[in-house]
Amino acid sequence: MVDTVFAPWDDPNVAPLISFKNVTKRFGDFVAIDDLTLDIFEREFFALLGPSGCGKTTMMRLLAGFENPTSGSMLLSGHDIAGIPPNKRAVNMMFQSYALFPHLSVWENIAFGLRRDGVVKDVLNARVEEMLKLTRLEKFGRRKPHQISGGQRQRVALARSLAKAPKLLLLDEPLGALDKKLRQDTQFELMDIQEQTGTTFVIVTHDQEEAMTVASRVAVMDEGRIIQVATPEKIYEAPNSVYVADFIGDVNILTGPVKAAGVDTYSLDFGGTEPVTANSDRAFAEGETVHLAIRPEKIGIHAERPDGPNTVQGKVLDIAYLGNLSTYHVQLPNGQIIKAQTTNTRRISRRAFTWEDLVWISWSATAGVLLDQ
Amino acid sequence: MFGLVGAPQLAFCWINDLRRFVLIALPYFWLLALFLVPFVIVFKIALSDAALAIPPYMPTMKDGLSAMFLQLDFENFVFLTEDDLYWKAYLSSLRVAFISTVLTLLFGYPIAYAMARAPHEWRATLMMLIILPFWTSFLIRVYAWIGILSTEGLLNRFLFWIGAISEPLTILNTSTAVYIGIVYTYIPFMILPIYAALERLDASLIEAAEDLGCSRMKAFWLITIPLSKGGIVAGCFLVFIPALGEFVIPSLLGGSGTLMIGKVLFEEFFSNRDWPVASAVAVILLLILIVPIILFQRNEQRQQDAEG
Repeated sequence: MVDTVFAPWDDPNVAPLISFKNVTKRFGDFVAIDDLTLDIFEREFFALLGPSGCGKTTMMRLLAGFENPTSGSMLLSGHDIAGIPPNKRAVNMMFQSYALFPHLSVWENIAFGLRRDGVVKDVLNARVEEMLKLTRLEKFGRRKPHQISGGQRQRVALARSLAKAPKLLLLDEPLGALDKKLRQDTQFELMDIQEQTGTTFVIVTHDQEEAMTVASRVAVMDEGRIIQVATPEKIYEAPNSVYVADFIGDVNILTGPVKAAGVDTYSLDFGGTEPVTANSDRAFAEGETVHLAIRPEKIGIHAERPDGPNTVQGKVLDIAYLGNLSTYHVQLPNGQIIKAQTTNTRRISRRAFTWEDLVWISWSATAGVLLDQ
Repeated sequence: MFGLVGAPQLAFCWINDLRRFVLIALPYFWLLALFLVPFVIVFKIALSDAALAIPPYMPTMKDGLSAMFLQLDFENFVFLTEDDLYWKAYLSSLRVAFISTVLTLLFGYPIAYAMARAPHEWRATLMMLIILPFWTSFLIRVYAWIGILSTEGLLNRFLFWIGAISEPLTILNTSTAVYIGIVYTYIPFMILPIYAALERLDASLIEAAEDLGCSRMKAFWLITIPLSKGGIVAGCFLVFIPALGEFVIPSLLGGSGTLMIGKVLFEEFFSNRDWPVASAVAVILLLILIVPIILFQRNEQRQQDAEG
C-alpha cells in the first residue's frame, strides 16, 4: 500500500529535483520572495497558489531564469542554476498569454525549440507529430495561431513547451484565459499529459479549485512567503493557519480563549452562550486566544436540539441555493454568522428550513481545527 | 403579412444600398479627382509637342477635340531613350534612393527599437523629439546642413579642433552630403512605422523564444525582425518613394555633380520650359514607382490567401 502512494516528500532518501535554499528576491525596496526554502520532487504536479502579488509568478520566473535571486541558492538536480540564462536551462515555460509566435504555423511553433537544439530532421518531425497527437492538434499543424480557438491555442502552448522534454515544466496560469467548462476539462487533460510524459509540473494559479484538482502538493503563498506546503487534502482538512483555512474554500472561524478539557481536548469560549469543545493534537496554553476553523459542510443543521457536544441555536439569515448544495447563514445570539452547508437530497419545495427560522447547528469535536494564528 | 412589411423593408434596403454606395463612392471620387485626372492631364501633355505658346505645348483643346487626340504621339518617350542623360539620371536616382533607404533603415531601426523599449513615461517625449523638426521649414533645415558640412563649416571645425583631421574634408557637393541630407530628412518616416510595430510586440514572445533555447540575438532575428516586417516595409516605401524624386536635397547639398531625376525634371520644366518632355519624365518615374508597389501588394495578398 505504502509503495503505491506517490509521496516522495515524505521519503528522506529521495533527492529533490528542485530545491530553493533561503532564496530572497528583491525589486528595489519590494521583497517579492522572502527567505524561501522549498523542495520539489521529480514527477510532482506542484501548485503555487496565492493572491496576486504574493510572489508566485516571481518564483516561476526565478525557475525559468528570467530573474536571478538576490540571495540564496536554487538547485536543479543538485546543480546551482543561479546565473544560467533561460536558453541554457532544462526548464520550459508555458506563458499565461501563451506567447505563441504569430508569424509561425502551429507546427513551426512546436518545432521552434527543437530547431534551436539542432535536432535531426527525422527526429524533429517525429517529435512534433507526437506532440500534435498528444494535444489532439493533428489537424491544425498548418494553421497560424490566430486561426485557431483559445482552447486550441492553449494546447499549442503546452505542446511547444513539452516538445523539448524538459526536466521541469512551468505553467503560468495556464487555464486563466479559458471559460469555466473548458477549464475543468483541460485540468484533467493536463493531469493526463503530466502522467503520460512523467514531467515535473509547477503550476502557478490563483484559482484554489484548480490547484486542488491538479496538484500532488499545493504551496499557499502570501507576501513572498510560503505559508503551508501540503497535499490538497491536508491543506483543506488541516490548514496550519487561519490564512490558509480562509484562502482554500469556505470556513467559519470562532475565536476566543481556550481551557484544557481532557486529553487533547480544549474548550473554547467564543462569546456564545456556552463554550465549544474541539480536539487538537497541538497543545495550547491555558487562556491562549485560539481560532477554531470549521468547514460549512461539517456543520449540521437541525430543527430540534440534537444530542452531542457542540450545539448552538441561531436564526436563518440567508440561504444560498447552489443546486446540489445549500449554504445556510445562521446568525448566533452574539451576532456572529456561521455558514452551514447541506446536500440537497430532497427537492427544493420540501426544504426543511426557511428564512427567519430558529435552528440548531452542531458539529463534532473533531470537525474543526484549532489554530493559534 | 409579407405584403404589409414588404414595402417599407424594400425602401429601407434601398436607402441602405444608397448609403453604402455613397460611402464607397466618396473615397473613389477623391482618388479620381486628385490622382487619376491630374495623371491623365500629365500623360496627355507627355504625348504633346513643345511649342512657344501659353501653355507651352500643342495641341490643346483650342485645336478641337478630334485634332487634339489625332496629333498625340509617343515621340517624347522615344526621345527619353535616345539621350543617355535620362536613363543615367533614373539609374542614379534609383541608386541614391536605394542606398539612402538602406542607410535610413540602419539608423532608424535601432532608434525605433530603443523608443519601444524605453520606459512608458518617456515614450511620448521621445516621439515628440522625432516629430519636432517637422515644425521648421524643410528648406531651412536643408540649408542648415550647408553650414554644417561646408569646408569652413561646423563639422570640419569641430574635427579640426579635436585633432581628427589636419585638412578640411570635402563633404558638401558630394553624394555623401546627399545621403546625409536624405537620411536626416526622411528618418522619421522610417522610425514611426517601425516603432508602431515594435511597440505592439508582446515582450513575452521574446522570453518564450529565449526559454525555448534562443540567445538574445537569435530571438531578435527570429522573432523581433519578422514581427516588425510590416513596419520595415512601410518605412522603406515611405523613404524610397520621395527619395527617388527628391529635388531640393541634391540641388542644395549635392552640387552640380549629382545627377538625379528630380533635378532633371525641374530643369526640363522651369529652365527649358519643355513641358511635354518633363511630363514624359514624370510618367516614367511614376511607372518606376508603381510597378514595385503593385508587385509588393500582390505578394502580400498571396501570402494572406495562403494563410487563410
